[in-house]
Amino acid sequence: MSTLIGLPKNGYRVVPGPEAYLSPSAAIMGVVLPEEGQGLIEGEIVPQEVAMEEIANRLLSARNPMLFPGPLVLWAWSDKAVAKAKALQDMVAEVPGMRIIPMPDYRPKYPMINPEVEINPNHPNLTIWHNNIDVCMFVGVHCHFANLALKIVRAGTDCYTIALCGERGHEDAMITLRDVHAEEVRKITETIKRVKMGRVSCQKEE
Amino acid sequence: MEALKISPGFEKVMPQEYLELVEDGPYGRGLGVKDLGTFKELIEVHPLCAGCALGLSIRLILASLPNPENTVIVGTTGCNAILMPQVAIHNIHCLFGNQSAVATGLKRALRLRYPNTHKDVVVMAGDGGVVDIGLAPTMHSWFRREQFTTIMLDNEGYSNTGGQESGMTRQGVVVNMAPLGKKFPKVPLHEVAKVAGCAYVATATPARARRLGQMVRRAILVAREIGPAYVQIFCPCSTNYKFPPAESLKRAKETEITEYMVPEAKEWIERIEKGPKAEEVSNEA
Repeated sequence: MSTLIGLPKNGYRVVPGPEAYLSPSAAIMGVVLPEEGQGLIEGEIVPQEVAMEEIANRLLSARNPMLFPGPLVLWAWSDKAVAKAKALQDMVAEVPGMRIIPMPDYRPKYPMINPEVEINPNHPNLTIWHNNIDVCMFVGVHCHFANLALKIVRAGTDCYTIALCGERGHEDAMITLRDVHAEEVRKITETIKRVKMGRVSCQKEE
Repeated sequence: MEALKISPGFEKVMPQEYLELVEDGPYGRGLGVKDLGTFKELIEVHPLCAGCALGLSIRLILASLPNPENTVIVGTTGCNAILMPQVAIHNIHCLFGNQSAVATGLKRALRLRYPNTHKDVVVMAGDGGVVDIGLAPTMHSWFRREQFTTIMLDNEGYSNTGGQESGMTRQGVVVNMAPLGKKFPKVPLHEVAKVAGCAYVATATPARARRLGQMVRRAILVAREIGPAYVQIFCPCSTNYKFPPAESLKRAKETEITEYMVPEAKEWIERIEKGPKAEEVSNEA
């Protein structure tokens, strides 16, 4: 396990936009990817469990939380993909009001894309604006397209982005976890259930 | 198709287009030009000009791929590049002219990664990409006997940059930005291809749809087993050549249809086409 680095030396935080028409990539601003067992919250390296807790809080507090599944989980190309897809659907079921807009591939489909029913890395900001999505979660999107889409979302919207990555994570998301497979998604679901129960208990006490 | 299943539970959120591609697309079904209109096509709308013979040619090419689910198209700058990203199979856009170099690496890598499956690599580019800017990579891929198909969409000029002459423009022709007329003859690339090592060479037109489909299919099958293949498709451009869009097919007929195969390729094609399942070609290597 490497030493926790925390925020970049310049204090740059990856926060909801609109950042700028040509926003800087988080990597250029000094944000580094997490090591095993870690995640990123707004550019700061934290333990994986802390990031999961924050994901649960963000999703449960959102007015309109949205899952954006990409080709790697939408298509049943392996048993692992099917297991992850199932785990994601179980997670969505635990978040009140959470919906799904898929990204089945990366074809630019001007001018006929319907942002109500699909998202595309070439214009994810339209989807975010059109639906007033305040928290979204990218899963199963190939790295280069996820980087592109997350940057466009941060550049032009105030959506809070979460990226669950099967590889090293995405520094351009506000929260990211690395090495996320079906088991890790189930852990997030358990965290959501626990946080939800905690909130219900608090309300009862009040 | 095993590879084209939607993860259970996600069917209800998939856009209609993808549901139709899975249910009724051409993947793994051995369809061809004669089946057009009976299945969900790989391209259904495109932004090309009215009457563009190139758009029709691409539609016919896509319908003729023996195994679209195992095909990667490699293209480059040109009118077709506006259309290709919308096609529902893998395609790669390269820097202007280096498509045959990219296809070489891709084909070799796919052969190593999937030794038991035929992964067809098809270069599809305009005349500028193949005969002018990309001539060196194209020729060298043939010299090296790289086993992929090169399809030239020959609209006899650079159409989406305002109308410059290309090597494929005919002698004497005046286009927008070549007001004095072409000074030298059209490059006979199909003849060059024969001596450069291609095992299959054809010149085709979208005005003869089934014949075009047959040629594309033969080219890809020869490239799998024998050696490089080249298909040159005449695609008249109504925008650059200033004729009514409705005349495209009439003009497309004004070309010679030719077909050349080396003896091994001819034997291979005869074996496939006269076999018990002439319409179905396995993609198992």
